Amino acid sequence: MNTTPEPLQATPFLRVMFAVIWKDLSAEWRSRELLSAMLVFALIVIFIFNFALELDPKSRAGITAGVLWVTFTFAGTIGLNRSLAMEKDRGCLDGLLLAPVDRTAIYFGKMIANLIFMLVVAAIVLPVYAVLYNNFHLFHPGLLLVIVLGSVGYAAVGTLLATMTVQTRTRDILLPILLFPLAIPLIVASVKASSGFLGGQSWSDLRDWVNLLVVYDVVFIAAAFMVFDFVVEE
Amino acid sequence: MIETRRLVKRFGMKTVLRQIDLQIAQGEFVALLGPNGAGKTTLLRILASLARPSLGQVMIAGYSLPWQASAVRRKLGVVSHQPLLYGDLSAEDNLRFFGRLYGLAGLEARVTETLALVGLEHRRHELVRTFSRGMQQRLAIGRAVLHRPEVLLLDEPHTGLDQDACEMLEAVLRQVTRAGQTVLMTSHDLARAAALAGRFDVLVRGKIAASITSQDLPPDGLLAFYRQALENNEREAGKL
Repeated sequence: MNTTPEPLQATPFLRVMFAVIWKDLSAEWRSRELLSAMLVFALIVIFIFNFALELDPKSRAGITAGVLWVTFTFAGTIGLNRSLAMEKDRGCLDGLLLAPVDRTAIYFGKMIANLIFMLVVAAIVLPVYAVLYNNFHLFHPGLLLVIVLGSVGYAAVGTLLATMTVQTRTRDILLPILLFPLAIPLIVASVKASSGFLGGQSWSDLRDWVNLLVVYDVVFIAAAFMVFDFVVEE
Repeated sequence: MIETRRLVKRFGMKTVLRQIDLQIAQGEFVALLGPNGAGKTTLLRILASLARPSLGQVMIAGYSLPWQASAVRRKLGVVSHQPLLYGDLSAEDNLRFFGRLYGLAGLEARVTETLALVGLEHRRHELVRTFSRGMQQRLAIGRAVLHRPEVLLLDEPHTGLDQDACEMLEAVLRQVTRAGQTVLMTSHDLARAAALAGRFDVLVRGKIAASITSQDLPPDGLLAFYRQALENNEREAGKL
């Protein structure tokens, strides 16, 4: 065997991460497949809840947080599945893995792109919900913070699991089966905190739920950072 | 340039590659032939750092796999049966994206140069999903040579291509390999392999059963050599 030459550097982490984000946003700008599917699904869920529950205005205000988070998580799952399926369809995931890069940069690029899609959906769904449910207290800064923190956690754990499930035949079914149980602490904390902010509770009353969201985000981002390389390894 | 020693790959109880010893010198074009299920794609995936060997050593351009995978990947270009391209990006955006992953300097010029090399300059702004299979394969070759790799791994690059597309592909391959790159290509198409390669290795049941250079081929050609290698292997397997 030959002697080992000088080690070659991997492409810088941030450059790779931004390249992956740029690629996902460019592809979505051209196809509009992922966002349109997420949006249509989210709006349908809101309409169904609106007509199915037929609640009086006071009761409606009480279920706002629950309806919003059901909508976000279901639409987010569709987006996560589609985002990773795009990588698998033409063998593109292999194309990414062949590049001389830190593979966690690929994870963070995909995660941030998925987060952007989830936040775009939330930004469109919130005004529609406000009109339909006659609830114009939705733009509370505390609620917006909870939506961002909840979406970060959901995108973090969802991107990791979608990368695993996309390599299976039953990826469409497997992702929600694995993701929803793992996301329960995140969803409970998001609903409780959102409900509290909408109900006029103070920051100190809700601090524990917000802290739980932050901890969940940190734990799953750190876990993904450590295991992503093994997840994509054959 | 490519060297494996006692390379073994197992999937569970099934052994797919058995003690492969392979040596390919710099600038050599080697065709890896063999029936379906012989282990050709698995071998290429290990060399491409997409799969880990169960046992044995793999070195490419002086770097050892899997420990120095990142350095090896910088030296490698891979063409698979799948194009490894994004259908919703244009031809130039695909190359631009992969160029960024490789951290290429002078990226725009290199993208233009590569598109010209594979004959797709006039369709640079079009989405890849609108391309024919042959055009996608040409762009896949462009993606593989974009970063000027020293080693090219081609996994049945002719799959699904019509006659014209195959000829175009070969012209492009000859052009890109003129620069002295080391090439390992798997193929079922003996005629096309014979037209391109300088050495032929026959992989049967996970072992290299025979090897010959183009100069040493018998008068009845590669097909006779290939059949003989398979027959010899069957005979040996029957004895065991």
